[in-house]
Amino acid sequence: MLELQEIIRTVMIIILSTVVLALFGIFFGLLYKGIDRKISAHMQGRIGPPIRQPFRDVGKLFTKENIIPENAVPWVFNLAPLIGLVGTISILLYLPIGGFRPLASVEGEIIFGDLILVLYLLMIPSLALVIGGFASGSPYATIGAQREMATMIAYEFPLAIIIITIAWKLGSIAAGGLGVENAFTLTAITANPVWNAVGPLGFIGLILLLLVLIIVTPAELSKIPFDAPEAETEIGGGLLVEYSGRNLAMFYLTDAVKTVVMASIIVALFFPYNLSPLLGLESIPAYILDFIFFLIKILIIIVFSVSLIRVSVARLKIDQIVYTYWVPLTLIALVGLICIMWDGTMMESYGWPKIVEIFGLI
Amino acid sequence: MKQTATTKTSYHIPVGPIHPALKEPVYFEFEIDGERIIDVNVKLGHIHRGVEWASRKRNPIQVLYLAERICGICSYCHPAAFSLAVEAAADIQVPERAEYLRVIQGELERICSHILWAGVAAHEIGFDTVLYFTWQIREKALDLTEYLTGNRITKGIMTIGGIRRDITKDMLPRIKRDLQFFKDNFEKLRHIFLDDKTIKMRSQGAGILTKKDALKLCAVGPTTRASGVKKDVRVDTSYFAYGDLDIDYITPDVLTGNINGDVYDRIIQRLLEVKQSIDLVEQCIDEMPAGEIVSEPKIPKLMNQLKKVNGEGVGRHEAPRGEVIHYVKFNGQTENPYTWKVRAPTYNNILPWIPMLKGEQIADIPIVAASTDPCMSCTNRVAIVNNNSKYELTKEQLHKMSVEKTRRFMK
Repeated sequence: MLELQEIIRTVMIIILSTVVLALFGIFFGLLYKGIDRKISAHMQGRIGPPIRQPFRDVGKLFTKENIIPENAVPWVFNLAPLIGLVGTISILLYLPIGGFRPLASVEGEIIFGDLILVLYLLMIPSLALVIGGFASGSPYATIGAQREMATMIAYEFPLAIIIITIAWKLGSIAAGGLGVENAFTLTAITANPVWNAVGPLGFIGLILLLLVLIIVTPAELSKIPFDAPEAETEIGGGLLVEYSGRNLAMFYLTDAVKTVVMASIIVALFFPYNLSPLLGLESIPAYILDFIFFLIKILIIIVFSVSLIRVSVARLKIDQIVYTYWVPLTLIALVGLICIMWDGTMMESYGWPKIVEIFGLI
Repeated sequence: MKQTATTKTSYHIPVGPIHPALKEPVYFEFEIDGERIIDVNVKLGHIHRGVEWASRKRNPIQVLYLAERICGICSYCHPAAFSLAVEAAADIQVPERAEYLRVIQGELERICSHILWAGVAAHEIGFDTVLYFTWQIREKALDLTEYLTGNRITKGIMTIGGIRRDITKDMLPRIKRDLQFFKDNFEKLRHIFLDDKTIKMRSQGAGILTKKDALKLCAVGPTTRASGVKKDVRVDTSYFAYGDLDIDYITPDVLTGNINGDVYDRIIQRLLEVKQSIDLVEQCIDEMPAGEIVSEPKIPKLMNQLKKVNGEGVGRHEAPRGEVIHYVKFNGQTENPYTWKVRAPTYNNILPWIPMLKGEQIADIPIVAASTDPCMSCTNRVAIVNNNSKYELTKEQLHKMSVEKTRRFMK
C-alpha cells in the first residue's frame, strides 16, 4: 500500500509540476512577446501596444469562431496546433528553469532526455506548422509550408554543430574538457559552465558559436529576417493564412512558449550561472533570486536575438535564407568548432592556461 | 476535375484583388513552378468609379475638384494636367508668378509621393523600421503642404489660369527650414536604402526592366528613367516654369555609373528625384518674379469665358509616377466639358510588370509590383458590365466592334 501511495504521490507531483510549467511558459511567453513588441515599437519611433496586448489577443482569439476551410483535411487541420503547443511545452520539462532542476530528470542513474532529444522536440512545433499548412489546402499555406521545411533543413545543421561541440568539449578529457559524465544532459551542462573548460582560443570559438546560436533563434521562431514562411506582404501569413479562432490562438501560444524555450536553451548552454552561490543564499530565497535572475537573462537574450535583429533588417528570400545558414553560418560554426578543438591541443601540448585560471576565478 | 496524363509541375496562385502586398485592388494570376514565376496575367477594373462620366454634369471649375479626387497621392497632378488642357483649349495665359508657384506645389507633391513610396517599398520587403522613419519625414512634408495650401492631401490649390494661394515673404523662412530638414534627412535615407545589406540583397537584380522593353512598352516616369530612357515631360515640353529652371534628365547612372533597370535602380532613381525636387523648389523661391497669381480671379467671368470655348486641349504633366495626360473638349454650347479623358501614368506602367515579374521568385512579387509605384484608382477607367456580371473583350472582338462603329459613322 505504501508503495502505491508513493507512486501516486510522484505521479501527482509530476502532473502538477507540468501544469505549473505550462502556465509558466505561456504566461512569460506572452509577457516577453508584449515586451518585445513594446521595445521594437520604441526603436521604430512608435508608441506600441501595451505590454498586456498579447494576453488580450489570445483571450479574444479563443472567443472567436474557428473556421475550417472547405479544402482542408479537418482532423489534421485541427490536430496540428495542439501537437505544436504540446510539443513546445514538453521541451520545458527537459530544461533547467532558474535554480530548479529539469523536471524530467530524476537523481540517480536514470536520466530522461538530453540535448539531442531537445533538438528533436524543437522540430515538432515547426513540423506541426508544416502539417497544418499543407492540411489547410490553400496555395499560400502550401508555399509557406514548403518554405518552413526549407528553413528547418537550413538551420538544423549549424544548430547541431553548436550543441555537439559544447557537449563534446565538456565530456572529453582529451580535448582539455572537464570530463563530465553524461555531457549531453542539460543537468550536466548547467552544473559545469562551458566557459570553465576553455582556453583563449576556445573562448573565441565559444563566442562564435554563441553568435551563430543567436542568429539561429529568429529562424527557429519565424521572425524577420527569417520569417519567409509567414511573410505577411508576400503570402499573407503563409502557414497560418487559413487558421482562425482557437487554432490560431494555439499557434500564437506555441510561438510565445517557443520564444521562452529557445532563450532557455541559450541560457542553459552559455549562461547557466546563478546568483545565489555568490551571495550565499539557500533554499527558498535562493530559488526566488535565481528565478528572477533567470527571467532577466531570458529577457536580455530575447531582446538581442529577436527584437534587435527584427527591427534592423529586411526579410530575406527563401534561397537567401538557406544560403545564409548553409554557407556563412555553418562556416562560422565550424571555425568555432575547430578553435575549440585546437584549444585542447594547445592546452595539452603547450600548456596554455584556461580562461578561468588566467582571471583567477578558480 | 479532369485528370491529365502528365504530371503538372506548375500551379496557380492568385494575388489580389485584396492582398497585403497590394495597396489598391488589382488582380494578378501567377503560374508558379516551385518558387519561380513562369507566367503572369494582370487584370484590372476593380476600382472603376466613373469619374469621367461624373464630369459630364459638372462645369470646368467643379471638374477641377473632381480631378483632385481621382487619386489621393496625385491630388495635385490631375488638376494640374486638367488646367493645362483647359488653358490650351481656351487659350488662357497664366501669370508668370503662378507658373513658379505651380512648380513649387508640383515638386512638393513629388517629395511627398516618393518618400511615401520609399516607406511602402521598405514595408514590402519586411523592413518596417524604415517605413516608420520615412513616414516621419513625409509627415514634415505634409506639414509644409498644409502650411502652403491649407490642406494636407486634397489641396484644392489649383485653378484654371493660375493658382489659388500665394507664397508671401514671411512664409519663406519656414519653407527654407523645412527644405533644410529634408536635405539633412535625405542623406540618412540615402545611407539606409543604398548601403543596407539586406535591402541590397532584396532589390539588386530583382524585377529587371531592360531599356528595350521600357521603350517598347512605353513605360513612363521613374520606372522608365531607371531603365535608362531619358523621358521627362518637365524637360521635354517645358510647361509651367520648368523652361526657366535648371533641370535635366535624371537616370540612376548619375550615382552608380551603370544602369541595370532593377528595383535597386528604381530606388536610386526616386531618391535622386527627391533631391532634384528640393533643388527645384529652392530655385523657384529664389527666382520667383512678383505679380499676379491668377489670370482671372472672378470665377463667374472665367466660367462665362469657358462657356464660349469651342475646341479641345491636351494637358501633360510629369506626375510623381510619370506622365499624366488629360484631354478636354468643349463644344461651345454647354458649360460642361463635352469630353474629358484621363490617362494616368500607371496605365503605361502595367505592361512592364510582365517582363519584370517573369522568372522572379514569389518573394519578389510585392517589391517588384510596388517598384513602379502603381496607382490603381488613377488607372481604372473601364469596367465592362452586362447584367451585373463582368465580362472581358478579346482583341479580335474589340477590333470587330471598332470596325462596326467606323462603318456606322460612314453611312
